[in-house]
Amino acid sequence: MNTLKHIGALVYKDVLIELRSREVIWSMVVFAITVLVIFNFIFDPGTDIMQKTAPGILWVAIIFSSNLGLNRTFVKEQEAGNMQGILLTPMDRSAVFLAKMLANVIFISAVQVIMLPVMIILYDLPVTGTFGLLLLVLFLGILGFASVGTLFSAIAANTKSREIMLPILLLPVTVPVILGAIKSTQYLLSAEPLSKVYPWMRLLIGFDVIFFVVCYLLYEYVIEE
Amino acid sequence: MKQKSLTVDLVLITLSYVAVMVALYMAFLYAPTERTMGDVQRIFYFHVPSAWASFLAFFIVCIAGIAFLKSGNEKWDKMALASAEIGVLFITIVLLTGPMWAKPVWNTYWSWDARLTTSFVLWLIYIAYLMIRQFTADNERGARFAAVFGIIGFVDVPIVYMSIRWWRTLHPGAVIAGGSGSGLAPQMLATLLVSVGAFTILFITLLRLRLKSIYLEQDVNLVKQQF
Repeated sequence: MNTLKHIGALVYKDVLIELRSREVIWSMVVFAITVLVIFNFIFDPGTDIMQKTAPGILWVAIIFSSNLGLNRTFVKEQEAGNMQGILLTPMDRSAVFLAKMLANVIFISAVQVIMLPVMIILYDLPVTGTFGLLLLVLFLGILGFASVGTLFSAIAANTKSREIMLPILLLPVTVPVILGAIKSTQYLLSAEPLSKVYPWMRLLIGFDVIFFVVCYLLYEYVIEE
Repeated sequence: MKQKSLTVDLVLITLSYVAVMVALYMAFLYAPTERTMGDVQRIFYFHVPSAWASFLAFFIVCIAGIAFLKSGNEKWDKMALASAEIGVLFITIVLLTGPMWAKPVWNTYWSWDARLTTSFVLWLIYIAYLMIRQFTADNERGARFAAVFGIIGFVDVPIVYMSIRWWRTLHPGAVIAGGSGSGLAPQMLATLLVSVGAFTILFITLLRLRLKSIYLEQDVNLVKQQF
């Protein structure tokens, strides 16, 4: 019960800072939209390749922009010695991990809420009856990415070249998430039968569960001032 | 003590030498030429054992990482580091011999098939593992981070493989324990097994030598600090 309160307080702190500084979410949104525009140059106008590759582009935009946000998770705490303060408070360290992860899920999801409509307009994506499922896939992908990403950002924040380290650590490990998310998004958008989508969603759920547990177990070894 | 350790080294080096020579003889002279692929198939006896040695190496990285986090004993961390370096070496050999074999057989150097892609991702993961150590100023901290990453990396391997297998696969299935149509000629199987044995001994020898050099580096650094 107490842990829940602690997590709530920490998440509230992060969200409040973000609402006041508008530091992370807007830079992520602008970056994600820039990615969408850049990828547009690959295609000749009026081909259907654009729609076919749109899921991949969507996820590249999500993943690259998430990296920006994830990088800030612990770096911003280090700047004024905040981490020391947080660690000195009488609470379980796992609460810090869960709160940081939750805050990351909220931030990345917020970026998607802004980016998805832009994507639908720019890439002419069909909004069909499976839109709810698409949102679920987005959420599952973000969840897996955020759990591993939060752990690795704690590692990266303590290395000499923090900004460069995170994607190098994170991208190879999250290959299953990237693949699962892209494939299920692709099948959902091209209105393939759901029986083709479910295996990939199961993979996403499996990855989310396994890595949530593993990261939760290993977190205490990487958290530092 | 020192004398005994040197004897073990000597025995291991001799064993590796003999085993590799036997494996070479079997791969090039004893094993029959494959019917459709021809002589190029002989790369199989280096490709598969290298893959095996790299998996063994990464398995040790994971186990040593867990042992290090549990006990805090630095010897496990050194073991993990040495094993990771040698694992990267072997997986690099896999990634180099693969395309040499694939070009004449599949008519392409590279295909984004399950095992190829998994090996590639594996290579990237353990390069990142070595980079963590390089870019962490404080050794103790770097060791802890690397252990965490090594465990996650190893847990990730089967999931990466499964996900990519669903995606596409071209690589031949398990030739030894596969279903009908799989199977090796007895001489080929014998050659493969000897080769796997030789690579395992070679791996253990390299691991031991690298561990020794890590301890020597540590001693040298200590001496440097004193003067």
